[in-house]
Amino acid sequence: MWQELRTELRPQGVEVVTVALDTGGADAAGQFIDAAEPEHPSLIDAGHRLDGLLGISNVPMGVWIDEAGILVRPPETAHPGKSVLREMMRGQKIPENVPPRVLEMLTETTKIRVKPERYAEALRDWAARGADSPYALSPEEVVERSRPRPPELSEAAAHFELGQHLYRAGDVDPARAHFRAAHRLDPDNWTYRRQAWSFEDPLQGPSEHYDSDWLSDLKASGAENYYSLPDL
Amino acid sequence: MLLERPEVDRAALAAQTGWEVKPEGACKADRCVPLPDAPADGPLDARMLADRLGMALVADDAHGLWALGPESGGRALLSAEMPDLELPDRHGRPFALRSLRGTRIVMVAWASW
Repeated sequence: MWQELRTELRPQGVEVVTVALDTGGADAAGQFIDAAEPEHPSLIDAGHRLDGLLGISNVPMGVWIDEAGILVRPPETAHPGKSVLREMMRGQKIPENVPPRVLEMLTETTKIRVKPERYAEALRDWAARGADSPYALSPEEVVERSRPRPPELSEAAAHFELGQHLYRAGDVDPARAHFRAAHRLDPDNWTYRRQAWSFEDPLQGPSEHYDSDWLSDLKASGAENYYSLPDL
Repeated sequence: MLLERPEVDRAALAAQTGWEVKPEGACKADRCVPLPDAPADGPLDARMLADRLGMALVADDAHGLWALGPESGGRALLSAEMPDLELPDRHGRPFALRSLRGTRIVMVAWASW
């Protein structure tokens, strides 16, 4: 879907760069990139570097960068005019034999609050007006709107990095211990949780290794709160 | 930043975190933090660096590993300057974000999971 918006915006001087946050690297993300047939740079961040560099804590999140390499919008929920999940489910009839847990996940997903059109409208305005767009923020505002980082979030990032390294090395149990520490220290970070859960179950369901799972946490926090809508 | 000993290579620190060690201290964007205990050259003591920059230093004794978290105590962004970033594409070819300088960019993080 980003390719579609990229085709529209590239002639106005805006390039799209997508970055897959996947510990599994190209083995995990490659097939999705191939299917999208992107003409824009499509990169893979197997070390989750964007989490630490920018404060990414969920996906999809995007930043805007001007011609001089200055951020004019901080990390925020970013949809290319459509929600991938909603598009996948549009017009799809849920099969009768779908397992109850999957049915519940699909039902909760429909409650997730997104305003994908609003984000694309703002992006189009920036493409047309550049620095004169009201959506292009000052450097001070960009910093102020970025995620607060108390010391425990730095500790969470360090544990997550150790967990990723050990997981790749095949030391799965010690990796899980570091992932659990990261989850405890940064409980609002969906990226840390979902990446670790996905190693146990592609549907990120309950496992003996973690005290929660995607559906349980989504219901606990309220599906309508899953995304922080950008302040546009 | 993953470490095999509690020492930090200066070039790796700059490449992975954006903190560059200069005569006036460790600098990122327009902020410099003095490092009075740092040697003139060679690796830096990870504990000293962690203390000065508010970075968590987590040890995994069983595996002989350390990890240095990002700076803390403020916001995730110290400044609006986009840090240098080089990542591979799906074929392993490196791509430097800096190569798009002069073009506006919307950079979006997603995941397969």
